[in-house]
Amino acid sequence: MAFKSYVLVCGGTACQSSKSEEIYKNFITELEAAGIKDDVQVVKTGCFGFCEKGPIVKVLPDESFYVEVKPTDAKEIVAEHLVKGRQVKRLLYQGEETKKHAKVEDIAFYQKQFRIVLRNCGVINPEDINEYIARDGYAALEKVLFEMTPDQVINELKVSGLRGRGGAGFPTWLKWNFTKQVNDSPKYIVCNADEGDPGAYMDRSTIEGDPHSILEAMMIAGKTIGSNKGYIYIRAEYPLAIHRLEVAIKQAKELGLLGKDILGSGFDFDIELRLGAGAFVCGEETALLASIEGERGMPKPRPPFPAVKGLWQKPTVINNVETWANIPVIILRGGAWFANIGTEKSKGTKVFALTGKIRNSGLVEVPMGTTLREIIYDIGGGIINGKKFKAVQTGGPSGGVITAEYLDTPIDYENLQKLGSIMGSGGMIVMDEDDCMVDIAKFYLGFTVDESCGKCAPCRVGGRQLLNYLDKISKGKATRDDITKMRQIGNAMKRASLCGLGQTAPNPVLSTLTYFEKEYLAHIDDRTCPAGKCKDLITYSILPEKCIGCGLCARRCPVNCITGEKRQPHVIDKSACIKCGECYSVCKFGAVMRK
Amino acid sequence: MNAKTVSIKVNGMPFFVHEGTTVLEAAKLVNVKIPTLCYHPDLPAWAACGICVVKVEGSPKMFRACSTPVEDGMSIITHDPEIVEVRRTVIELILSTHPNDCLQCLRNQNCELQRLAAEFGIREMPFEYNINQIPVDDSTTSLILNPEKCVKCGRCVKVCQGMQNVWAIEFLGRGDSTRIAPAGDVLLAESPCIKCGQCSAHCPVGAIYEKDETQKVWKALQDPTKHCVVQIAPAVRVALGEAFGLEPGTLVTNKAYAALRRLGFKGIFDTNFGADLTIMEEGSEFVERFVHGKGDLPLITSCCPAWVDYLEKYYHDLIPLFSTAKSPQAMVGALSKTYYADKSGIDCKNIFMVSIMPCTAKKYEIVRSESMYSSGCQDIDVSITTRELSRMIKSAGIDFLNLPDEDADAPLGIYTGAGTIFGATGGVMEAALRTAYFLVTGQELKNVDLEDVRGIEGIKEARIRMAGKEVRVAVAHQMGNIEQVLDMVREAKAKGKELPWHFIEVMACRGGCIGGGGQPYGATDEIRKKRIAGMYKDDSTQKIRCSHQNPAIKQLYAEFLGKPLSHKSHELLHTKYTPRPLYTR
Repeated sequence: MAFKSYVLVCGGTACQSSKSEEIYKNFITELEAAGIKDDVQVVKTGCFGFCEKGPIVKVLPDESFYVEVKPTDAKEIVAEHLVKGRQVKRLLYQGEETKKHAKVEDIAFYQKQFRIVLRNCGVINPEDINEYIARDGYAALEKVLFEMTPDQVINELKVSGLRGRGGAGFPTWLKWNFTKQVNDSPKYIVCNADEGDPGAYMDRSTIEGDPHSILEAMMIAGKTIGSNKGYIYIRAEYPLAIHRLEVAIKQAKELGLLGKDILGSGFDFDIELRLGAGAFVCGEETALLASIEGERGMPKPRPPFPAVKGLWQKPTVINNVETWANIPVIILRGGAWFANIGTEKSKGTKVFALTGKIRNSGLVEVPMGTTLREIIYDIGGGIINGKKFKAVQTGGPSGGVITAEYLDTPIDYENLQKLGSIMGSGGMIVMDEDDCMVDIAKFYLGFTVDESCGKCAPCRVGGRQLLNYLDKISKGKATRDDITKMRQIGNAMKRASLCGLGQTAPNPVLSTLTYFEKEYLAHIDDRTCPAGKCKDLITYSILPEKCIGCGLCARRCPVNCITGEKRQPHVIDKSACIKCGECYSVCKFGAVMRK
Repeated sequence: MNAKTVSIKVNGMPFFVHEGTTVLEAAKLVNVKIPTLCYHPDLPAWAACGICVVKVEGSPKMFRACSTPVEDGMSIITHDPEIVEVRRTVIELILSTHPNDCLQCLRNQNCELQRLAAEFGIREMPFEYNINQIPVDDSTTSLILNPEKCVKCGRCVKVCQGMQNVWAIEFLGRGDSTRIAPAGDVLLAESPCIKCGQCSAHCPVGAIYEKDETQKVWKALQDPTKHCVVQIAPAVRVALGEAFGLEPGTLVTNKAYAALRRLGFKGIFDTNFGADLTIMEEGSEFVERFVHGKGDLPLITSCCPAWVDYLEKYYHDLIPLFSTAKSPQAMVGALSKTYYADKSGIDCKNIFMVSIMPCTAKKYEIVRSESMYSSGCQDIDVSITTRELSRMIKSAGIDFLNLPDEDADAPLGIYTGAGTIFGATGGVMEAALRTAYFLVTGQELKNVDLEDVRGIEGIKEARIRMAGKEVRVAVAHQMGNIEQVLDMVREAKAKGKELPWHFIEVMACRGGCIGGGGQPYGATDEIRKKRIAGMYKDDSTQKIRCSHQNPAIKQLYAEFLGKPLSHKSHELLHTKYTPRPLYTR
C-alpha cells in the first residue's frame, strides 16, 4: 500500500443524500490541515449496502466501520483516528448481538452475505478504472478475447447455471446461444437498467458502485455472440449512476478497453447510454427496445423473441444489470465454482433491497437457498420496535406476500413462485402487524395501474376495476360478491395480459386474498380494519380513565380537533378528525383508542 | 420458395399447415373461429385486446392466437370453459369502459364489440362502468373522433402510421387514461391528417367515423327552392350492395340511380362522366409535357384528395409535378352548376349538388381551395360517403334490392369503361393511357386491357410505346407505398439521372377508391379484390371503353369548353396546389 491509511466514504445515492459528499470534502480539508494528506487516501466508493446506518465511513487497514457519520465528524476522525491512532468509539458500529465495537466481518448484517454482484461496491472508487483493474477488472474480457472461443464462453455460462436476474429467471446461456445462432447482422447487446420497483435499488447501487463490471460483461457478450454495439437503457432518475457510467465509458475508451480494436484483439465494441423517461413498463424487454428505437414504450407480442428479432428487428441479447455483473466473475472463476453456490435450480447469489419494517434496511446479497428467516432476522435484525412479523412482499408490485409459516422456505425462483410470489428483480418489503393487507394490495396495484402502458385490455381495464374494488373494501362498502369478481378479474389479467406487468399485476391482490382472506372479510362483513390502517373504517377516541390531560395530543393534532382542560380528560371531535393517527402514536399513556 | 409445413392439432384435430401461419389463421383453416377484436387482416397483429387467447398443451400459459405462429407438434385448444371464461371477462371489462348507448350509435348492428357481446351472450354488466369522459374532436371536415367509445384496439393508429405513413394519430396518456389523439394533443384539423378515413374504415366500434352530413341532404331534398342533383362515384357501385347483403363487387349502378331518384334527386349524374373528362384534360396535359416538353415530368395524378393533401403537406417540392386537372367529382360539380345550369335554365344558386363518394376526404376536397367555387357558387354542396347513402336509402324505406334498373341523366351521366375503372388502383393510369395513346399517335390502342397496372400489389409498373417513344408509368396505392416511389423521383431529379417514370398514379387507399375510407365496413384484401373485379366487369361490358370516344364528352367540348386545356377548361376544370404545414398549431 502506497498510503498508510485509507478512508472509504460511501458515495451511493442514499448516503449522498445524507451529506456524504460533504463528509468526503471535509476529510480532504481536515487531512490537509493536519498535514497528513500524503499518508491517507480518501476514496469515494459505491454503496456499502448497510443503508440503515449511513452515511458510512470505513477506515483501512484496521477495518473500522463508522456509521451515521456527520460532516462535522470528519475532523474528529482525522484528529483521533488518523493522527493519534485512536478509534472514535462513539461512531463505531455497535452490534446488538455482541454489544461491542464490531469490525466488518463481525457485523451480523454482513455475516450471511456473499458478495459476487456487489463485490466491488464499497470497496473501490467507481470513478477510477485502475481500481477496478486492480481487482481483476477486465481480466475476464481479456480471457474471452484471447483464450476462449465463443462456444467455451457459452458453455461456461451453461455450467454456471446463471439465470436472468430481471425476474423471470431464463437461463442466460440459452438466451446468448439463441442470439449467437441467428444468422443475421448487426446484433445488439442491451443492458436493462430500467429498475422501477418501488423500494428497489439493487441495479442502481451496482452501477454506482461498480460500473465497469457492466461494461466488461456487455463486451464479453458482444465478443461471444458477434455484436459490436451495446446500449445501456437507464432511468433518467438515476443521475449518479448515469454519471458513473459516463465516466467509466470514457476511461475505458482512453485505455483502449472499449472502442476500436480492443486490446489489439481486432474486436470493436461501442456502448451508448439511452435514458428512460421513467415509465415502469419500459423495464419489460420489448417495451424497452421500442423505447430505444424512439417509439412509445409498449410491449409487443413474443415470439419473435429479442434473441431473434430485437432492437431494430435484429438479434439482441438483453439482460439486466445484476445478470451482467455476474458474468466477469463466472468467466474468471469458472462456471463450476458459481454452480457450487445456491440451490439445485437457482445458482449463485441474489441481491435484495431489504426495506419496510425491518431494523437493518439495506442492500443484501445472499446465496440462493438462503431462507427468508435468515434474511429478515439474521441479516435484517428482525422487525423494528419489537412488533410481530406479518408478511414479506417479494418481487415488488409483481410479487405477492409470503407469510410467517413460509419463512423457512429457501429462496429460489421456483419456491417463490409456488408461494404465489416471484423472485422479481429483488425488492423485499417486510410488513408487521400494523400493516393492513388490503392497504398493501391497494398500494401495489395503484402503482401498476398507474404504470400500465394501456395497450392491452386485461391490464388497462382489469387493473382499474380491481383497484376500485380494493377501494370499496377499504371504505367498508364492498360485498362478498366483490371478492368473487376480483378473483375473476385477477385470473383474466394473469391469463390474458400481454406482458409480465399485466400478468403479474394482480399478484399482490390474489396472494393477500389467499393468505389474508379473513382480513378482507373483516373489512367487508364487520366494516373494520384489523390493522387500523383504512381510514374510513377506524375512529379515534380518548379513554377518559386513562387520559391524564397532558395536552400533547391536542398540541400535535394538525386539525385542532382535540380539546380539553389541563389535567382533565380530552375529547376528540370525530366530525373534524382526519384520522391521521398522530394522537394515537404520541400518547404515552395508551389513552387514545383506535377502533 | 418452398414453405415448410408443420403438423399441428386444433382441438385434437390433426392437420398440416405452412410454417409461420398464426394460430388464428390455422384454426380458421379447420373452420374454428377464435373471437378477436383488435386483430385486422390488413395489419400486423398488435395483440392488444387479449380476447383471442388459446391454450397450447404442455404450457401453463395462454397465448394470443393472432400473433403466435404455429410450431411443429403444437396441440392447440381454442375453446374450453376456462378460456371462454377469460375471454368473457375481458369482453366484460372492455364493456365496462364503453358507453352503453348502442341504440344511438352509428355502428349499431355493425359493431364488432356489439357482435362479441352478442356472441358471448352477455346479459348484464358485472362490473361498474368506468368511462373516460373526453371531448369529441369534430374539427375536420371529414372525420369525428369520439375517444369515449374507443376500445384502444390500436387499429387506427397502426393504419395511420403503418399503412398510410401519415402519423396523424398516436396513443397519448397511459394506463386507463390511454387515448388516441394527434401527437401533441392538437386537434385532428391541426394535425397532418389527410382525411383518408382509413381509421374510420378499420375502427371496430363507433370511436372514429365519417362526419355524417345526411341531414344536410335531407333538408335540401325537402326544400322546394332547391333543385337537387347528385353524382355517384365509380367505386360506390361495386360496394353499396354490401350494405344490403349483396356480395362485394356486385354492380348496383342502375339500382343506385333508381334509389337516388326515389330519394328526390332531380338530376342523376355520374362521376364517371367526370372521370372521362379528367382523362381528356389530364391526358392532354401529359401529351403537353411528354411530347411537347411543356412542364415538368413525371406527371402525377391528382384525383385523390387525400393524396393531394399528403403531397401538399409532405412533398412541397414535388407540387409542380401534379396534374392541375381537378378530380372527377370536382369537374362534375363545376359543370352541374355551369353547363347543366345553362342547359336547364336554373340559377346555380338554386342547384344543390350532392356527391356520393367512397371517400371521407372528398368532404374536404369540396372546400379545399378557391377553385372549388369555380361556378360562382360552391360547386358541390355536400359530399356523403357510401355508408351515409346506404343509411339514407334504408331510412327512406326504399327496398333497394327490388328496385328497377334505371339510367342516369344525360349528358352528365354518360360514361365509358375508362371512366368507371377510376375506382380501382391502376384505373386512372389505364384510362389515361388509352386516351394518351390516341392523342399522341392519332390511332386507337388495339388492346385496351392494360393488365400490368391492375391488381392489389402496392406498386406496379408498366411500359408502353407511343410513336417510337417508351412511356414508363408507375401506379401506387395505400399512402405508405408512395414514399419510396416519390423518393426515387426525387433522387433521380437531384442527381440529374433519367427519370424512373413519366407518369405516376397515386391513390391513398389500399386497392384505390374501392377500398376508400367511406366504403362499407369490413374491407379486407379478399373483399377489395372482389370490388376491383366488379369495376373491370363494368368496364369490359361497356360499349365504349375510351374516354375520348364518350359522345357526351365530345358534345361538351363542342358546345361548351372548346378543347381540352382551353381557357374555359382552365377556369372550371383545373386547380392549384399550395404547400401546407403538417401542424397548424
